[in-house]
Amino acid sequence: MKRPIAFALIAGTLFGAGLAVSGMADPQRVRGFLDLFGTWDPTLAFVMGGALIPMAVAWRIQQRMPSPLAAERFTLPTARDLDPRLIGGAALFGIGWGVAGLCPGPAIAGLAIAPVPAAIFVTAMLGGMILHRLLPAAPAKPSKLETSHV
Amino acid sequence: MGDLLANAMPVQGLIGGLMIGTASAIMLLGLGRIAGVSGLAARAVGITVDGAPRPLSIAFVIGLPLGAALVAILVGPVEARFEQGLAALIIAGLVVGFGTRLGSGCTSGHGVCGMSRLSARSLVATATFMITGFATVAAMNALGLGQ
Repeated sequence: MKRPIAFALIAGTLFGAGLAVSGMADPQRVRGFLDLFGTWDPTLAFVMGGALIPMAVAWRIQQRMPSPLAAERFTLPTARDLDPRLIGGAALFGIGWGVAGLCPGPAIAGLAIAPVPAAIFVTAMLGGMILHRLLPAAPAKPSKLETSHV
Repeated sequence: MGDLLANAMPVQGLIGGLMIGTASAIMLLGLGRIAGVSGLAARAVGITVDGAPRPLSIAFVIGLPLGAALVAILVGPVEARFEQGLAALIIAGLVVGFGTRLGSGCTSGHGVCGMSRLSARSLVATATFMITGFATVAAMNALGLGQ
């Protein structure tokens, strides 16, 4: 197996295992976290806290690395603007997350745990992504000067 | 605090979270990419041409259910209570798919990778989907649509 593929497969597998270990594969537990004014279940906060620790270290290491271990260069987001698409998209995502207790990672990992409902959600999710693709693209930036603050 | 943690799994949550964060670190330091599941999923199925190379996206996405299955086999049953009906699953799926593409990320990309980078966009996105998530569950409970 090619080395980059092995990195991606190991990362995905560890990610999916982490979701299962942490209880995040359970939509009712995620909804419990979002039920802030009811019987709140703080588990998701521990998961998020645990996930942020290795990543905070990784970002420090990344700054000292000329290139990744198994790729030519780092390809990371450079956008800085808090545009309506970012906020509107996040707001919509949160609504769907609240309705079902599912976000993309646990839904896809859930295909191995509860295949039928997870597949229904994932199929609809891909449908939503296709709907977004069919929308007209964002208007091009007026000038390069406006993005030069990156 | 005792009551607050009555139903919680703080230890499993922390361990699983460390695994998720380590997986994201492997993507960053190994492949130079953000471990954002919504973007990788869209790339894997060919909905977008942007993002990580397609074979890498497919490998990561296949790993997700593989990892969950390994836990189920090696550790024990993984709880997954899907109590929402068909209509709720479909509507939620559509909104999550559309919203994560429009907002350029989900809990993994913005929540884990972006917040740990102190990205203003990710901090705002995460605060936004947390708030609408809390509001949605509260509204559903008030309307008798929750459990």
